[in-house]
Amino acid sequence: MSEQQTKVYRKNIHLTFPPEISGKPIVSDLVRRYDLTVNILKAQITPRKEGYLTLEISGVEDNCLKGIAYLREQDVTVTDVSQRISRDEESCMHCGMCTAICPTSALAMDLEKRLVVFDKERCTACGLCTRVCPVGAMNVEVENGGL
Amino acid sequence: MASFKVNKTIAEINERIRQGKAVVLNAEEMTEAVRRMGKEKAAREIDVVTTGTFSPMCSSGLLFNIGQQDPPTLKTAKVWMNDVPAYAGLAAVDSYLGATEPTEDDPLNKVYPGRFKYGGGHVIEDLVRGKAVHLRAEAYGTDCYPRKSLDKKITLSELPYAHLLNPRNCYQNYNAAVNLTSRIIYTYMGPLKPNLRNVNFATAGRISPLFNDPLFRTIGLGTRIFLGGGTGYVLGAGTQHVAAPKRTERGLPLSPAGTLMLKGDLKGMNPRYLRGLSFLGYGCSLAVGVGIPIPILNEEIAWFTGVDDSDIQMPVKDYGHDYPNCLPRVIQHVTYEDLKSGEVEIMGKKVETVPMTSYPLSLEVANTLKSWIEKGEFLLTEPVELLPSA
Repeated sequence: MSEQQTKVYRKNIHLTFPPEISGKPIVSDLVRRYDLTVNILKAQITPRKEGYLTLEISGVEDNCLKGIAYLREQDVTVTDVSQRISRDEESCMHCGMCTAICPTSALAMDLEKRLVVFDKERCTACGLCTRVCPVGAMNVEVENGGL
Repeated sequence: MASFKVNKTIAEINERIRQGKAVVLNAEEMTEAVRRMGKEKAAREIDVVTTGTFSPMCSSGLLFNIGQQDPPTLKTAKVWMNDVPAYAGLAAVDSYLGATEPTEDDPLNKVYPGRFKYGGGHVIEDLVRGKAVHLRAEAYGTDCYPRKSLDKKITLSELPYAHLLNPRNCYQNYNAAVNLTSRIIYTYMGPLKPNLRNVNFATAGRISPLFNDPLFRTIGLGTRIFLGGGTGYVLGAGTQHVAAPKRTERGLPLSPAGTLMLKGDLKGMNPRYLRGLSFLGYGCSLAVGVGIPIPILNEEIAWFTGVDDSDIQMPVKDYGHDYPNCLPRVIQHVTYEDLKSGEVEIMGKKVETVPMTSYPLSLEVANTLKSWIEKGEFLLTEPVELLPSA
């Protein structure tokens, strides 16, 4: 194994498994073949056997990219978590209530400017903020078209 | 009567506002000014300090009159706006819509915690945005008012009268809320995680109106204010006003104390400063922007407006057990300065702080009021009767 000690690369990704492969142990290959650390943030298999998985992967950058390419070869749809969540900037009042429940501090107060900063890279699209925001400024794309 | 070295009148200050000569600072700038030049010099140089807050204020609502829309005449007995019930037990076509009233068929907390997606506060915001709302009314019919029902779309401009009438706004100091139980709770202070993991607080601190005039030397019935982006007035003390709380040596209360009753024409307001709110597990509400000008009549008022975040002591209360059981225990006091820092120590534990009041919008309110006064568009009023205070 190459010993190039680069900075740990970290990424939150959302995986969609078609019914044919949702039963296969594909994620463990990320660990075995690409030496990645995986942290499962959210997992779901629907009655129609479609699988959804939100993962934080970390490791050497090159391996992470190869791992993602491998997932795609297996017909897994890989999307950035940050593409699944958005904030309505016009609507947000910057009150700060969402910072109470955001589990990854992707939503946090800028203590100087007193604005709520939204760091999409830390977001796992768990959706807690969408329920807590008093003006409904946070939107998360829901699996199964909302069903 | 105390005698002061600086003595100005509201009439004199208004004359300077008319001439475009008045010196106006926002409450943040005033804190620095008093620190730099002392209260006496500040009182001579500064005419008005503008304060501001933008916060959930549940005790708010809309007093409106729908007019006689179409013949025959109608005396409403039940009224709904976008399916949110209003109170109609008033003369013919007057009603009052409360900010916390949910839609009639809202599932409330049946599926806990409820979402409370739409309520009175949202109707008020929609009206100010110029949106048409669905007005529905029922009546029993009389000889003078034969009509029994009404069902139509209506906009704010079609309402003959629509005034925001808020029985209790602008709380002077408030509880900082924690949860000492072992399960998450959803309150009007937002979500509180179990075992003291966050403390939620609501105030704009040193720019908040009632911290700048803690003993109500200038604010009273008739004080003209910024309300929801338009002009409003103080009608006197709000409900639950506490005139004589325990105070710091600066006169700042150590518990929730003074409150204001406010009124203003909704037609002049701006939806940026009136937002319908949905509190998970609690209900609907309305965020209201309020800005109050403080005339600097003497050095004592200058000194009061020099209040800083470190002077403000907020009581920490347990909303898990104590609050619902009416137990008055105050766990401890924390300063607003510490709450703003992101973390405070409570019961020996470092606790994350969570604001509920938008500081940037509160400051924007104070600065908007400041610009109105500087442009000579907004004159101060002499209060007819000051608020009770001791």
